[in-house]
Amino acid sequence: MTAGDTHTVQVALPYHLRTLARVEGDVAIEIAGPVTVRSVLDALEARYPMLMGTIRDHVTQQRRPFLRFFACGEDLTHDPPDAPLPEAVAQGKEPLMVVGAIAGG
Amino acid sequence: MSKVRVLVGTRKGAFILTSDGKRDKWEVSGPFFAGWEIYHMKGSPVDPDHIYASQTSGWFGQLVQRSTDGGKTWHQPGVPDGDAKPVWPPVISNKFVYDASAETGKPLTTHQWYDGTQHPWEFKRVWHVKPSLTDVNTVYAGVEDAAIFRSMDGGESWQELPGLRGHGTGPKWQPGAGGMCLHTILLDPTNPQRMYIAISAAGAFRTDDGGQTWKPINKGLHSPYIPDPAAEVGHCVHHIALHPARPHVLFMQKHWDVMRSNDAGDNWTEVSGNLPTDFGFVIDVHAHEPETIYVVPIKSDGEHFPLDGKLAVYRSRTGGNEWEALTKGLPQKDCYVNVLRDAMAVDTLDKCGIYFGTTGGQVYASPDGGDTWQAIVHDLPAVLSVEVQTLA
Repeated sequence: MTAGDTHTVQVALPYHLRTLARVEGDVAIEIAGPVTVRSVLDALEARYPMLMGTIRDHVTQQRRPFLRFFACGEDLTHDPPDAPLPEAVAQGKEPLMVVGAIAGG
Repeated sequence: MSKVRVLVGTRKGAFILTSDGKRDKWEVSGPFFAGWEIYHMKGSPVDPDHIYASQTSGWFGQLVQRSTDGGKTWHQPGVPDGDAKPVWPPVISNKFVYDASAETGKPLTTHQWYDGTQHPWEFKRVWHVKPSLTDVNTVYAGVEDAAIFRSMDGGESWQELPGLRGHGTGPKWQPGAGGMCLHTILLDPTNPQRMYIAISAAGAFRTDDGGQTWKPINKGLHSPYIPDPAAEVGHCVHHIALHPARPHVLFMQKHWDVMRSNDAGDNWTEVSGNLPTDFGFVIDVHAHEPETIYVVPIKSDGEHFPLDGKLAVYRSRTGGNEWEALTKGLPQKDCYVNVLRDAMAVDTLDKCGIYFGTTGGQVYASPDGGDTWQAIVHDLPAVLSVEVQTLA
């Protein structure tokens, strides 16, 4: 994977964000360059600007506390945002999952 | 024939209830924004089909939605609808950033925390939206942590009016049990430079220069739960109301105590009178009788439900002190709901209608100024706010 590559990444959003973005199922996002949590979210927000501020805080750009990032059976939530995502995600074989924490009983 | 549209914000979405002027048969539409908390919806006095809604979530943060067709459809201001192509520069909608710049007053970054230490100001949600009386694209937002924002482009971009936090008492403000929220915004229809706001738990404030500078207006409030019961700030004001024909007369439901000011908040006197308990959240004024006011007494700050399980609205026709219980049509046994601070409103029909919603999901309406009541819906999610529009 090099900086010049373009990838189509699948992103699985929680129900309320799919409703907000008016999409069904996973969304396909084009990424130019390294596939990281940050680059995927940047591209996702550019494609669906109604999602700005809903996954990352508008000001701090920090992940909202009740959201998690999973992929390939791993919890990537606490990885650095510029760490490369698994190759299966970069190749579009596995989705990056944005998951709402189960809370409230 | 006139129509009435009731905007109901709940813990799990928004609902719109409509009726003709008789107000005996109602249609319910919604939920809109199902699953999200809708703290408040309010229509523009300039064009009632323009409605703003505060949509919020502990998971996904804060959005403001707008409808231009009376609530049938909604959109995020500034954001293309649907599967649009990316735009550059990126759209920035619903972004609330505290103004700490030196150019706009004293930068203020901390307030008092529960343990007495200073705590950073953190944006959490919009509690209250207040459209301008004269411009359909201007709207104010009261937020948590407490501050007031204004949008002049229909809700797309928001700027803080920083003079409120910058006037000096901010470090003494502290959150109430529901958070440190700015929950009430009142606009003076006779003076566009004058606004009132209220914060839990800081108190009431007024501006006379369009929001540039503010001053606390809490003289006469007595709150034994704070170290100095008569302090300049620190009072847990739950709601304030005024009549548009007499905007210098204010009525307040404080944590405990129902209060009245005849001088735009400069001085307050207690008018709890013969209320069975003067704890509560809502207060409102009859549309045609500026001395007729309504509250819903709640047992105590530790027991947020009506006395003895009997739900009652209390009405004073004398601007306070002398109160009568209004119970016809309201449950008189086994009722243990609460009525939250933004969950009462009035219409402006000849026989003034009174409306309130409960944490049990009922919205009650009285088409006769409170004499009789009926539940126009029974089983909504917990009601956070009720607003009413009287339509020609």
